Amino acid sequence: MATEAHADAATEGSGLVFHPMDQFIIKPLFPAHMEVESVDAERSVGILSDGREVALSHDQVAQVASGGHVEVNLFEAGLQQISWFTPTNATAWLAVTVLAVVALLVLSTSKRAIVPSRMQSIAEMAYGFVYKMVEDVAGKDGVKYFPYIMTLFMFIVCANFLGLLPMSFTTTSHIAVTAVMAMAVFLTVTLLGFYKHGFGFLNIFWIAQAPLVLRPILALIEVISYFVRPVSHSIRLAGNMMAGHAVIKVFAAFAAIAAIAPFSIVAITAIYALEMLVSFIQAYVFAILTCVYLKDALHPHH
Amino acid sequence: MANETDTPTGHGLADELGILPASESATGMPQLDFSTFPNQIFWLVIALIAIYLILSRVALPRIGGILADRQGTITNDIAAAEDLKAKAVEAEEKYNKALADARSEAQQIVAAAKAEMQVTLNDAIAKADAEIAAKSAESEKAIADIRAGALEAVQTVATDTAAEIVSALGGKADDSGIADAVTNRLKG
Repeated sequence: MATEAHADAATEGSGLVFHPMDQFIIKPLFPAHMEVESVDAERSVGILSDGREVALSHDQVAQVASGGHVEVNLFEAGLQQISWFTPTNATAWLAVTVLAVVALLVLSTSKRAIVPSRMQSIAEMAYGFVYKMVEDVAGKDGVKYFPYIMTLFMFIVCANFLGLLPMSFTTTSHIAVTAVMAMAVFLTVTLLGFYKHGFGFLNIFWIAQAPLVLRPILALIEVISYFVRPVSHSIRLAGNMMAGHAVIKVFAAFAAIAAIAPFSIVAITAIYALEMLVSFIQAYVFAILTCVYLKDALHPHH
Repeated sequence: MANETDTPTGHGLADELGILPASESATGMPQLDFSTFPNQIFWLVIALIAIYLILSRVALPRIGGILADRQGTITNDIAAAEDLKAKAVEAEEKYNKALADARSEAQQIVAAAKAEMQVTLNDAIAKADAEIAAKSAESEKAIADIRAGALEAVQTVATDTAAEIVSALGGKADDSGIADAVTNRLKG
């Protein structure tokens, strides 16, 4: 970690600053500020009213020493922890995602037109797309779970596209977010399987079509692959989102060199287009895999 | 610079550059900063529940309803169209039938008119024939009368002429003799 800080500092002089991961930092929306009471000029440290110390720049030290007021952002100084309910940038973008889903599916259909407007067409297409996917993959009895899959799909697709807005925060690039969804799918599907079929659900590990000798080996492989599902399910989405955004940031950093800037802009444009594709495809993949897992729970017999 | 980095607080270099360390820039992957997990999970769960409730209570029933309505409208329209098509076919059949009827009626009328005309014509012809026959009979009678008149006149003229000639030749004209001679001569 310390070495990275050095690398940043070293490149700063040449005009190239790489902070591709900064966009993923979780920050409080309303960070606490506190005034510096006194300074320790020798260590260039400010002392807050509660006795905690905070690193200051020389300018700030000089300002306090000359009787000026200096407020420090406690979060940026590493003195504020993010608790479970702190409103953060992630909270804000999750809220925007919810609003986007509402705008896309509720506001656009408010006229209930027989001949749909463009926005209503999008809502209907999304509905039809996911409905057909659930019906085709999970079967007729999987349609009962359509609202859950639609929720996941709409959340991911909206979050992914909102993440492509400049200056935005991509909630789905965080493993915490995707892992919760993947674990929810995994646990639901597993419990549903046992609830519907009892121990018969274990049949998905016992491939009756395979030769008897191979079955135990296949069963072992199937069990491992079953438990790897939530991992691959979550990392696939978070990894895709994170990688694309980081690559855009890296290309953007190269634009600081005038000679490379045109290439950099073309590259960003190309990556952006690719990311739009990836945003949709990853939401689709997440939803269709959920359907596949659901199918396994509903029909464990191969 | 190397000296600066060795300062106990570890912020020496950052200070040198006038930037704040710690959370200002990401070190490593922010995704693996487990201290933010409870926060993200909490807000994510709230967001997902909100989306689920909105979708299951409002959006999905509404869109499903719209699609069902549209399907119903389309089905109704198709049924109505088929109904109208059947009606059109029926109407066409009626029209064709009416046309055929009218045609046969017209032919009947034409035949009747022809027959009527024939009757009138025959009557007229018969009348004309009768008239012509009557006229020709009258004419023949007139001709016969004229012919008879002419013969008489011829006999008178011949008798008179013969009597004159006889008297002119110095003979004594015997009227009855002359009349007999003329009559014999006229008989050939």
